[in-house]
Amino acid sequence: MGPIGENEFFFLMQGLKWTVLLAIVGFIGGGIFGILIALLRTSKTKVARRITAGYIGVFQGTPLLMQLFVVYYGVALLGIEVNAWIAVAIAFTLHASAFLGEIWRGSIEAVPKGQTEAANALGLHYVSRMKDVILPQALKISMPATIGFLVQLIKGTSLAAIVGFIELTRAGQIISNQTYRPLLVFGIVGAIYFIICWPLSHAGSGLEKRMAKAAR
Amino acid sequence: MLNSANDQPTLISLEDVQKWYGAFHALKSISLSVRKGEKIVLCGPSGSGKSTLIRCINALETIEEGKIVVEGQVLDGSTKSIDAIRREVGMVFQSFNLFPHMTVLQNCTLAPMRVRGTSRTDAERLARKYLERVRVLDQAEKYPAQLSGGQQQRVAIARALCMEPKVMLFDEPTSALDPEMVKEVLDTMIGLARDGMTMICVTHEMGFARQVADRVIFMASGEIVEEAEPEVFFKSPKHQRTKTFLGEILAHH
Repeated sequence: MGPIGENEFFFLMQGLKWTVLLAIVGFIGGGIFGILIALLRTSKTKVARRITAGYIGVFQGTPLLMQLFVVYYGVALLGIEVNAWIAVAIAFTLHASAFLGEIWRGSIEAVPKGQTEAANALGLHYVSRMKDVILPQALKISMPATIGFLVQLIKGTSLAAIVGFIELTRAGQIISNQTYRPLLVFGIVGAIYFIICWPLSHAGSGLEKRMAKAAR
Repeated sequence: MLNSANDQPTLISLEDVQKWYGAFHALKSISLSVRKGEKIVLCGPSGSGKSTLIRCINALETIEEGKIVVEGQVLDGSTKSIDAIRREVGMVFQSFNLFPHMTVLQNCTLAPMRVRGTSRTDAERLARKYLERVRVLDQAEKYPAQLSGGQQQRVAIARALCMEPKVMLFDEPTSALDPEMVKEVLDTMIGLARDGMTMICVTHEMGFARQVADRVIFMASGEIVEEAEPEVFFKSPKHQRTKTFLGEILAHH
């Protein structure tokens, strides 16, 4: 058994950096595409609604691990040389956009009909109606679920290890193999995830309670 | 009657308008013309189609047959015609429908800025003018939830007025209000009527109808059953359905 010193800890922190970066990229990329998905999902065009429903269905109905594989090897099959980082970022963006799109679709539909009617009666067009009136209210409604998904996404980044990505969990595995102290190492790794995720979950449920109170 | 509108040009005309919700015939060959400056009160039992009727005028509802013309603009379902009509027609809803995430002032400036391209400074000046007129200027920086129902509805009226519409549609504007707040909203509407606004009001406030309406229209089962000047309408209604309705509604007031 080897000691867990500064070097090992530094290695874990390197992994944590990638975990956080992956989660941020997935969340931002997924957020941008997710809004598009949500808007198409609630549009008047039937084809757009069908296609996005299919997209959401596929990504919600298959494991994230499989999605990572498909994108990682699929992109290579297309003859495009990309590094693991890009492939994984694409996979997380696709995955997150489906989930966030569905969460936000629900929130858009939860904004009372009267808001759309008032905007229409004032002559506001689609862009302003969405940007100024509906989306601000929908995003507020969606906050607890959005934060909940972000927590899932942070933990989900551990699956990127499977395509050779050294994020927090994979870093922990490497250190554990070197030091033969799996319990200690994974205890530390788990604690790091917890320190990031728990405050987020807590903030999410806090928001939920506040909103439930405001709705009463 | 506040003014004689007989010599004024026609602002809104509906010809033989038909609307269905699936198999339900919501509007049955409605024909109606409204002259500039006219105040019309639409009443009738719930489900009679009165709200549907005014919602067709600004294209919140589509019609299956017939013709709607507002200020010479035929409502043909095209975005252009809908835009043109909505610019001239303001609407006030039963449930206010203020934007809850915006202050009173922002509620009023949004549409002029986005639809008419008014600058923020001008839009705010306009908003303050109309908020003053409905006597809620002191609440301009508050959010709708911080206001009473009556204040919210007056803000909604100001918000519609900020687009400087030629016609105002009121869809049961006092039905969701506590009794003590009904008067402040009605007073605002009476003031608007005095200033010569063309108004179509769906309301059960018969006192208001008596005071400001040029014509009262009674609807039932999607049809216009009777229309008359308020004095005639209340004193000597012709149809049995009108009599029954008036009997019921006046017993409550």
